[in-house]
Amino acid sequence: MSAIQDAVFNGPGPDRVYQEYLGKGEFRIQRCGDCGKQVFYPRLTCTGCGSIKLAWVRPSGRGTVYAVSIVNRRTEKGGPYNVVLVDLAEGARMMGRVDGVDNEHLKIGMAVKAKIDSSGKAPFVVFDPA
Amino acid sequence: MPNNIRGAAAIVGASLAGLGEAPGRTSEDIAIEASYKALAEAGLTTQDVDAVFGSLPGDCSPLSGLLMAEIMGIRPKFTDNNRTGGSTFLSYTLMAAMALKEGLCDTALIFYGSNQRSNTGKLVSSVRPFLYEAFYNPVFPATSYALAASRHMHQYGTTREQLASVAVAARQWANMNPEAFMRGPLSVSDVLNSRMVSSPFTVRDCCLVTDGGGALVMVSAKRAKDFPKKPVYLLGAAAATTHMNIMAMADLTETAAKDSGQRAFQMAGMKPADVDVVELYDAFTINAILFLEDLGFCKKGEGGSFVASGAIAPGGSLPVNTNGGGLSCVHPGMYGMFTLVEGVRQLRGECGERQVKNAQVALCHGNGGVLSSQITNILGSEATL
Repeated sequence: MSAIQDAVFNGPGPDRVYQEYLGKGEFRIQRCGDCGKQVFYPRLTCTGCGSIKLAWVRPSGRGTVYAVSIVNRRTEKGGPYNVVLVDLAEGARMMGRVDGVDNEHLKIGMAVKAKIDSSGKAPFVVFDPA
Repeated sequence: MPNNIRGAAAIVGASLAGLGEAPGRTSEDIAIEASYKALAEAGLTTQDVDAVFGSLPGDCSPLSGLLMAEIMGIRPKFTDNNRTGGSTFLSYTLMAAMALKEGLCDTALIFYGSNQRSNTGKLVSSVRPFLYEAFYNPVFPATSYALAASRHMHQYGTTREQLASVAVAARQWANMNPEAFMRGPLSVSDVLNSRMVSSPFTVRDCCLVTDGGGALVMVSAKRAKDFPKKPVYLLGAAAATTHMNIMAMADLTETAAKDSGQRAFQMAGMKPADVDVVELYDAFTINAILFLEDLGFCKKGEGGSFVASGAIAPGGSLPVNTNGGGLSCVHPGMYGMFTLVEGVRQLRGECGERQVKNAQVALCHGNGGVLSSQITNILGSEATL
């Protein structure tokens, strides 16, 4: 194998690397060294060109709400909550939750900013209104 | 594009079983009952089958083709357990047609059975939560489709009332189908005022949770007229996939049905105007709007006004989901099979009060995953060959 293949196909896989960055308080996504596409969720091959030269980069964290649904959880279980899809400024899309806004005021097109929620078992990315 | 599949194979047996509730019966029981009855229509038994295609719910054996062959006591030459979700049955017809045409087998059985309602009372999915979505607790699969609906509403001004009109039309058809699970009056305001699940969907925007199964028997066109029922030919079939998880769907307002539909029409040598009856996988009300647009029955963005005009309801210009669909007839988890059985029955003229007059061409369309897999079949009577 070439040196790049050695680096990509040995050691922890992309899911693990992503989680390790989050554990250190860093939100990172992948950027293709060949075609420049921003890739999320973490992968071994670029979804734009098939290259394995995916580097871990820090996105700005800025994004726009692309789609939104309010899940109607019962009040005694915590009440309704939002689920969104967010287009990151760099181009990748991810699922998320937007904090600090009433569900009725959460709209498609709203500007948001990523943050890391470390309150659960594993840290994950959520959003605040920008 | 090779076009020698058109009309190469035909459906000569089609049956349903266990619709609604089938307490005390396993998914395999329901699939076998449907298979027995579909074969009996063709004057055949399980012992005549030499190719098996099918799926059972996610909690049954994933090797369901092997299991069903064992239960029937047969040794198939060809077994296919392909899983693309509820669309998969529309891929089995294509695979079976290819195998029959090439002489790899003579009598193909396509089966499905699910006891999800009696067994668990909820949708049994074979899909496990996806790591990068599970953190946000989407209701699977309703929230994924709800996100698509929210985007369609934002981009094209589609309204909740328009979505609801899909469920109302389905109920009007179901009211003419004695086998439908949910019958009785249903209005747009009934749909809007039902329990909210994941906005913009109330429970009436979502498919039923029922038991049920179905089966089809396919043979090559050369033998198709040797059986008692009018043969229904596979004129066109094509599949397309865009993603698995909703976060990876590039444009939530346009599905792979655009691609599968174009290629299926091309194989059939037909266009949307040639279709007499449409049976599509209405897991949620937005599905009908998206698929009618993507299959070319109306323009992109105009699906909402099209369905709200009454076009797809009884008496409208385009009969859609004449059995009542997954919204009002049956939804045991993988609805694709039911689009085919209803399409076959319409082309045979067996549908009683809900029969579409002189139906010669049926478009059946399956959806799998969360708008992920789209598979289109075009069926035709002998006159369309």
